[in-house]
Amino acid sequence: MGELTFNLLRFGFLALLWVFVLSALAVMRRDLYTSSDGLSRRQRRKVAKAGGKAAPAPAAQRSPTKLVVTQGSLQGTSLPLTNASIVIGRQPGCTLMLDDDYSSSRHARIFPQGDQWFVEDLGSTNGTFIGDQQVHGTVPLALGVGVQIGRTRVELQR
Amino acid sequence: MSAVALEYQTWEVRTHRPWRLAELWLLLLSVGAGLGAIALVGLGLDGELSDRFWTEAVWLAALALVAHVVVRFAAPYADQAILPTVFFLNGIGVAMIMRIEASPARAAANADAVRQMQWSILGVVMACLVLWLLRDHRLLRKFTYTSMFIGLGLIALPLAPGIGRTINGATRWIVIGGLSMQPAEFAKIFLAIFFAGYLVTARDSLALAGPKVLGIQLPRMRDLGPILVVWAASIAVLVFQTDLGVSLLFFGMFVAMLYMATDRISWMIIGGLMFVGGAAALWVSFPHVAQRMDGWLNAMDPAVIEAPGGSWQIVQGLFGMAEGGMLGSGLGRGNPYIVPFSFSDFIFASLGEELGLIGVMAILVAFLVLCERGLRTALLVRDGFGKLLAGGFAFVLALQVFVVVGGITRVIPMTGLALPFMAQGGSAVLANWIIVAVLLRISDDARRPSLAPERGQVAIAPTPEEVVAGQMPTQAVAPLEGVEPVFDAQAGGDEK
Repeated sequence: MGELTFNLLRFGFLALLWVFVLSALAVMRRDLYTSSDGLSRRQRRKVAKAGGKAAPAPAAQRSPTKLVVTQGSLQGTSLPLTNASIVIGRQPGCTLMLDDDYSSSRHARIFPQGDQWFVEDLGSTNGTFIGDQQVHGTVPLALGVGVQIGRTRVELQR
Repeated sequence: MSAVALEYQTWEVRTHRPWRLAELWLLLLSVGAGLGAIALVGLGLDGELSDRFWTEAVWLAALALVAHVVVRFAAPYADQAILPTVFFLNGIGVAMIMRIEASPARAAANADAVRQMQWSILGVVMACLVLWLLRDHRLLRKFTYTSMFIGLGLIALPLAPGIGRTINGATRWIVIGGLSMQPAEFAKIFLAIFFAGYLVTARDSLALAGPKVLGIQLPRMRDLGPILVVWAASIAVLVFQTDLGVSLLFFGMFVAMLYMATDRISWMIIGGLMFVGGAAALWVSFPHVAQRMDGWLNAMDPAVIEAPGGSWQIVQGLFGMAEGGMLGSGLGRGNPYIVPFSFSDFIFASLGEELGLIGVMAILVAFLVLCERGLRTALLVRDGFGKLLAGGFAFVLALQVFVVVGGITRVIPMTGLALPFMAQGGSAVLANWIIVAVLLRISDDARRPSLAPERGQVAIAPTPEEVVAGQMPTQAVAPLEGVEPVFDAQAGGDEK
């Protein structure tokens, strides 16, 4: 076997080492880009090509798209809104699980009906407040209005 | 408000999928890399494939296939990168040992690639068994204190008369029926289980704040007990077994897991100070520690190089790596066998000489991938015990790689640990494969879709109450009296 062949093989081997390492990194990247609709990027691109149904309707821009925690230990967390209701509390079964000693295990619920979002207190010990007004039963919730749950404050944002 | 809002991070629902095909593809590449290395060893040495190439090829491919099938059935959601990365490291390690074995040098007489391959096969089989039999890692928590006794017993075993052996200054081996083992490698697994089980119970009190000194919140004095006990135990290992590596490994693991459990940086500072204090005291009082330090600080001094137990090994390793340069000499074309223990403790220097900087960087990134996957598993898994166990294992692997590579490249003093999955040593290979199995088990649990959301995340499915309620409000909608209507004028109406 000639020296040239051996050198080509050993450089090829070094390249193979990096092909493996980079492929492993590429597989790991999936963790970052797997999104809320459960589709891979390739699938989503396909959906977009198939007729742009994935593009949001202009009207949707004006309604809230996420629930953001603006105060408390989870500050900065945001949840995308779907048409399912969001239960907030300390219990592991809640949609937004708080790490807040002043909230009840199932504290409050934020849910859509028609085009409007509502907040409902689920019989919490310390109460749910909008401003300094306690929420009894169910009240409509507008964009950008803070809801106080224990030491946590959440609001709907676009 | 909007400026602040921009900085909010958005958590998205991550529905992990099995993606087992991705793992199969990575396994193909990693087995290809291992076989490529074995083939190149033959080509570099004799210009033709060695006789053992096809045997090794069949074994490696069969093992990868079996492991893949077992993972597919026993842990379908497990991380895809862990298994291939370990095969990658193990395969290249076997090839390097094979290359050292082929040299006539006296220093290479103990290299035995066939033995290493047999241990690797046993390791994969053990890992598959663990994955198959252990269906929930939380079961291990029941053995918290049993694990403590087993772990401490294993560490102390080399001191037992009759079976204990002292080789090259460290009392780290036992010999039973001609088979020599390093029980400390297995103690690593048991002590990680014990630390995780203990810390998940005790973390609340260990996280309590004590006095504040120089702006650092210290823990309460009475909570210093556990760290003192572990420190004393690791110093005892150092004094009675003169084993720097094992001592450092266990103390480091405990301090790291303590930090993970309590989120208090002060534990890291206290642990670091205790370690530095202990090491300094030993430097002064024990000649073999002083010798190691001398070989590190004055490695290039001719007198230190020539001295028995001096820096000859380190310096030869450095020369070897320098000789390899960027691209390496090519497998089979360098002289790595000149270095004592070029197939075990110094395998990294051998790899550096024959694969060059480009090659060892790929290997180091592979280790990085493995540790990152372990830490990612710890972040994702929902139970505290699993978090600590996965984090502890990932940290131990990282620490071991740092200590070994740091010692060989003269960043820190030599300690005599083995590079995981690559260095020759049956106990280490077997123990590390078992660790991989436990990591795969925890990552399967972490990535399996679950109704219970992670902190701050949206549940994937509605809670049972919502299903019953049909996801509709149960109470009449009544705006509060005396409150400004909180309807947003733009929110309604348009979305038709």
